[in-house]
Amino acid sequence: MVATISKIATGNGHGENSPYFDGWKAYEANPFHPTDRPDGVIQMGLAENQLCFNFIKKWLMHHPEASLCSAEGVDRFKETALFQDYNGLPEFRQAVAKFMGKVRGDRVKFDPDRVVMSGGATGAHEMVAFCLADPGEAFLVPTPYYPGFDRDLRWRTGVELVPVVCESSNNFKITRNALEAAYEKATEANLRVKGVLITNPSNPLGTILDRDTLRSVVKFINEKNIHLIGDEIYAATVFMEPEFVSISEIIEEVECNRDLIHIVYSLSKDMGFPGFRVGIVYSYNDAVVSCARKMSSFGLVSSQTQHLIASMLSDDDFVDSFIVESKDQLFKRHKYFTWNLSLVGIGSLKSNAGLFIWMDLRKLLKEKTFEAEMDLWRVIINEVKLNVSPGSSFHCNEPGWFRVCFANMDDHTMEIALLRIRTFMLKHNEAMVPGKLCRRSSLKLSFSRRRVDDFMSPSIMSPHSPIPQSPLVRART
Amino acid sequence: MLSSKASSNSHGQDSAYFHGCQVYDKNPFHEVENPTGIIQMGLAENQLSLDLVESWLRKNPDAMGLEKDGESVFRELALFQDYHGLPAFKNELVDYMSKIRGNKVKFDPNNLVLAAGSTSANETIIFCLADPGEAILLPTPYYAGFDRDLKWRTGVEIVPVHCSSSDGFRITMFALEDAYQRAQNLNLNVKGVFITNPSNPLGTTMTKDELNHLITFAMDKHIHVISDEIFSGTVFDSPGFISIIEAAMDRSLENTDIWSNIHIVYSLSKELGLPGFRVGMIYSNNEMVVSAATKMSSFGLVSSQTQYLLSNMLADKKFTSKCMKENQKRLKKRKKMLVSGLKKSGIECLKSNAGLFSWVDMRHLLYSNTFEAETKLWEEIMCDARLNISPGSSFHCREPGWFRICFANMSRGTLQVAMRRIKDFVERSSSSSGIKMSCPQNVSSLSKKLLSNWVCKLSSANGDEQER
Repeated sequence: MVATISKIATGNGHGENSPYFDGWKAYEANPFHPTDRPDGVIQMGLAENQLCFNFIKKWLMHHPEASLCSAEGVDRFKETALFQDYNGLPEFRQAVAKFMGKVRGDRVKFDPDRVVMSGGATGAHEMVAFCLADPGEAFLVPTPYYPGFDRDLRWRTGVELVPVVCESSNNFKITRNALEAAYEKATEANLRVKGVLITNPSNPLGTILDRDTLRSVVKFINEKNIHLIGDEIYAATVFMEPEFVSISEIIEEVECNRDLIHIVYSLSKDMGFPGFRVGIVYSYNDAVVSCARKMSSFGLVSSQTQHLIASMLSDDDFVDSFIVESKDQLFKRHKYFTWNLSLVGIGSLKSNAGLFIWMDLRKLLKEKTFEAEMDLWRVIINEVKLNVSPGSSFHCNEPGWFRVCFANMDDHTMEIALLRIRTFMLKHNEAMVPGKLCRRSSLKLSFSRRRVDDFMSPSIMSPHSPIPQSPLVRART
Repeated sequence: MLSSKASSNSHGQDSAYFHGCQVYDKNPFHEVENPTGIIQMGLAENQLSLDLVESWLRKNPDAMGLEKDGESVFRELALFQDYHGLPAFKNELVDYMSKIRGNKVKFDPNNLVLAAGSTSANETIIFCLADPGEAILLPTPYYAGFDRDLKWRTGVEIVPVHCSSSDGFRITMFALEDAYQRAQNLNLNVKGVFITNPSNPLGTTMTKDELNHLITFAMDKHIHVISDEIFSGTVFDSPGFISIIEAAMDRSLENTDIWSNIHIVYSLSKELGLPGFRVGMIYSNNEMVVSAATKMSSFGLVSSQTQYLLSNMLADKKFTSKCMKENQKRLKKRKKMLVSGLKKSGIECLKSNAGLFSWVDMRHLLYSNTFEAETKLWEEIMCDARLNISPGSSFHCREPGWFRICFANMSRGTLQVAMRRIKDFVERSSSSSGIKMSCPQNVSSLSKKLLSNWVCKLSSANGDEQER
């Protein structure tokens, strides 16, 4: 007989069997391409940053040694190919620490010796969970949150997630009450809470946590003597005021046990390099750094990539210009997109960061239920032909919100997406009672349900992918 | 405050295998800059053929420069994070794997799952096959890293299959049954048997008989066989390499249940000498395993930059053929040098035909047939001969006195220095003056600690090496 395999392997902890597949399936079956498939579904469910590639490419062309392909570069090949030290190339850690500092306006300094590699932020999150919690213990996570956390923090670790419910009435702020309520709920369920995980800037909201909220969260974890994990992978995508505040800054301002503070970072969003798998765990706790280093063996960054990143991020001029350029591109794209949406009566949560907006379509629901949200979402995939992500997949407590990505396509594709929305809204408005143009009423936008992260569908194609047998682009939400 | 995984030493890195490397790091040998430093003979790396890879790179700058036909593919690669892997890369990998097996086996790229090195691949396959508290049988001696890779975060137990020098450390049916019985006695549900073929640290390939015993055993017990074949490209002498899959095919087992219970782990770290690039993989004919492992690979994907480089390299069939042939020649020569050098010092090695190391018999140099004596000898070799070699106890060998010595991670000149040092050491040891050395404080106290750990482990659980 075929020997049995593990419960982890046969269970659904990977999170990919959720019902929200239709959008992705529709996209995969009919992906938009400007010339080959102009009527295809446009992917707006992928939080990728494609706006600065030309900028980066120029740097690469002028720095062939970064790719180890110049005469000077190849001489470094041998030592790079052999280098598997889990401490990482010193110059890589230094460059990453410096970059993290720059992204925070050099208001804080990061210690290269606390920089630990991991297999992307996906690997980083799992690693932190393994270090901080035992099976059956729990983390509190404010909603709405990135669906991939259900897999990354729970699947192989056996750790539980307890939601900290945030409400639209105060723009989804994390309140002390909400934290306490979640903590109590966990305790009642006999779950030992080991920490709080915040994403700042937020995915899917696109907002940053203000200073007061951050202080309040730090105060909370200190009182409860539990960990704080700050996922700051969107730190460099803050394109507008107010300025980003990192927990690394807060702990300089308030009384705090630093052994409780850990940051997860990655280059997948800020730089647009998800394929290079550069994940980082930065902890203020020596024991966690030591443990995480050993665990990083399970997901080290390829030394070839470490070398490339070290070269790139050591170039101060490049980094300074890149940060400015990236913010500029994101700002423009965000402004253009949200303004055009508002013209057709679609609003979104006011945001200043991230690669997406949190679109408010509550008034368009037939009724205030998640079933209505799903109906709304399903219809649009086939009519408006946009794949976006319904709020329920982010554990939002209120139906009617959708995350829509705007940085993973070129201008032309963006225009087409907007045209489709406009056309749809016009048709919809014509069908309405004359003279009554409700601001956010019955827009039958059924946004394709957001698939939890790395969904494997092998047929997902990036719109402009010249590599034969186009690689399947699968990204974190 | 932290998890029990973080607070314990179940990471398995408190062994002489790892600590030796740390001591080496503080005083590394360099022909010019530090000629009295410690020579690293504890790292199974292959540096003998990197010049071939380098010269390929010089002729193919595109692959490193992320270009294809003069056009940059940077953007596409930077975005590519599909956990199915770059199709071109997987196609080349299956061809390459087939080539190493003399083209006797054909692999399907859809059954191949990429991982960040074989470290990640091994952990992932265990996560897929066993639940926490279940057990895997593992023939000794085995690679020290398995305590971390297979057990640490998975919560799975290892039950050693005792192999002894009297059998040439071959895996016998008796040893397998004995291990299985011990597991049963401990109320452990055995999910599979894990072999390394060619063996680390023995440097031998498994015989047809051994493979057949294994398959029969696994069929009988309805358990998995995981075959870590990461050294399959380092076979430099006869007998040739037989993969577990080939052995199963020879028995026409393709349409039977065991076919879905066989899984291979592979990596490009050993024969190509690219451990830094973190290219590991799992191959399985079990659809569910492939599906689960693929999803798990999100935690440790191979950098797209690296996938692209290597898919180009492996696509150059002339290059790979040349590399394989040349590599075998060089490994054979280098091993011969080590073996004859040791022989001059009165030290014999287990006869081997693969790997980047020799399994060396130093039992006659022990002051007593104990692990305490082995640790003392290890310490002396580290401090007096200034060689970092790995004691058999760190590979869970049951008999004291065996050491693994690597030969492919250094220049010829360095190996000559090492051989001279061993000769001098042995002469000094046997002379009346004996060894006069003062070990650094950290090494002596370390070896005491290691010894006590090892002895404790040996005496636990019915006198077996059952450890957690």
